[in-house]
Amino acid sequence: MRLARLWWWIVFVLGALYFFLPLIGTFEFSLRARRGVYSFDAYERVLADPQFQATFAYSAVMALLTIVLGIIVVTPTAFWVRLRLPGLRPYIEFITLLPLVIPPIVIVFGYIRLYNTSSILPLTGSAFGTNVLLMCGYAILALPYMYRSVDTGLRTIDVRTLTEAAQSLGAGWFTIIGKLIIPNVLGSVVSGAFMTFAIVIGEYVFAALLNRPAFGPYMVWTGGNKAYEPAALAVIAFVITWACMGLIQLGTRLSRHARVRS
Amino acid sequence: MSQPSLQARTGLLARLPLDWIGVGPFFLFAILFLILPTLYIVVGAFTTKDGAFTLDHIYGLAASNILAATWISVKLSVLTALLGCVIGLLLAIAITLGKLPGFLRESTLTFSGVASNFAGVPLSFAFIATLGRLGLVTVLLRDWFGFNIYSTGFNLISFTGLTLTYLYFQIPLMILIVTPALDGLKREWREAAESLGASAGQYWRMVALPILWPTLLGTFALLFANAFGAVATAMSLTGSQLSILPIVLFAQIRGDVLQDPHLGFAVAFGMIVITGVANVIYIALRTRSERWLK
Repeated sequence: MRLARLWWWIVFVLGALYFFLPLIGTFEFSLRARRGVYSFDAYERVLADPQFQATFAYSAVMALLTIVLGIIVVTPTAFWVRLRLPGLRPYIEFITLLPLVIPPIVIVFGYIRLYNTSSILPLTGSAFGTNVLLMCGYAILALPYMYRSVDTGLRTIDVRTLTEAAQSLGAGWFTIIGKLIIPNVLGSVVSGAFMTFAIVIGEYVFAALLNRPAFGPYMVWTGGNKAYEPAALAVIAFVITWACMGLIQLGTRLSRHARVRS
Repeated sequence: MSQPSLQARTGLLARLPLDWIGVGPFFLFAILFLILPTLYIVVGAFTTKDGAFTLDHIYGLAASNILAATWISVKLSVLTALLGCVIGLLLAIAITLGKLPGFLRESTLTFSGVASNFAGVPLSFAFIATLGRLGLVTVLLRDWFGFNIYSTGFNLISFTGLTLTYLYFQIPLMILIVTPALDGLKREWREAAESLGASAGQYWRMVALPILWPTLLGTFALLFANAFGAVATAMSLTGSQLSILPIVLFAQIRGDVLQDPHLGFAVAFGMIVITGVANVIYIALRTRSERWLK
């Protein structure tokens, strides 16, 4: 029995080594920019790089817009399906799972062909149109997570009673969704929102193929042209992913709290 | 007598358009940015420039460079899915049944949630900084033990290197999926097996594994699809030195190296079929395994 326990410790330690060595290695590498001593030079150079600032800001704004678009597209639908059209649920769930099945590179290939300059909806013809297309693509990539988090949020509130109460007080549908449903599911939307942020901020394929100046292509460019900056970027990206996942856990814990209280 | 039904009918009629306004935006959005683009690819794979039906592009997939890329992709996906399943299962057993301290279980699961999402460009940077020619582990092995891994023929920018890198998101995904399944193994089953004289090996072989089997196979399929569709990690690690299928498609979209856009549609269609089949297997086996693990 003791021997068995020792064996599982060995398995765990080997696993931990595999997962922590790259993190330590990356951090150590990112500190080597100045010869002979450890320094944060690589970080200073990255953060001062106007290209970094521009692409990071672009991707961050994209992520925020994608989150808003995701909430607007998903919330009324999830609400309606719960309240009026439960029969549609399997179809909607199937659609929301599709982005996990169809490789993103295939979806963006379709965009490029379908929305090129000679099509009915020439979105790729202008920078603004391409930005809109990229945002819609990101919303599709995030759809599985967004839909699930909103649907989980709706499960915790009594949609029917709340809606009837609001209606009897004379509220219209926009008021119901904007002032009642969205505020109520916001806690659980948080997890979908941060997941969206984590996906969008480091995304490469969509941005590269649609030729937008996003953070992902910038990272690839740095990887090919700089020595220590990529490691610093990897550390920054990892911290962002950690922050997003940590906030998701916090969000679920808070909404669970609210549920117990209500 | 007929009044209620009449009322119900007019109610239904009045409700129908409103109902569709409620879900309309979602369907419009999904059709425009998910269904139509995918259909366009699928239809394009089977039609000529003039719109006539043809199988030429599908036959065109037999071209040597595409077949070679598909083969590398399949090998890479199978290998990382297999290793991911085995190693992930071992780690999941260690944190659930291995009697390790409880905090290790929670921290491993949290870490897995992060690591399974830490794919793409930064992941390749992390491995270059660790196992590249000047990476931490390479340097330490050389300075401390006089062992140069690059003299053994190891190269990070290779199939082996890519496998090692992919495992960084494959193993955590396996841990996340299989841990609840391991929790679902009831203590009574083990006690019953032991009271009938079964050894630990027999319990695993004859009770636990048959119950876990659908979960394991299903997760294998999911990990396979996960690796098969990944592009960014491989691109930023190997450039275009290792042509896996998504990289061939990427190059085709960028510069039409295949000269024929319809062949690109066929490659994309092939990818949908492969990841689609893998996901159907995953979902089918998942519903099967949920029967036992409640």
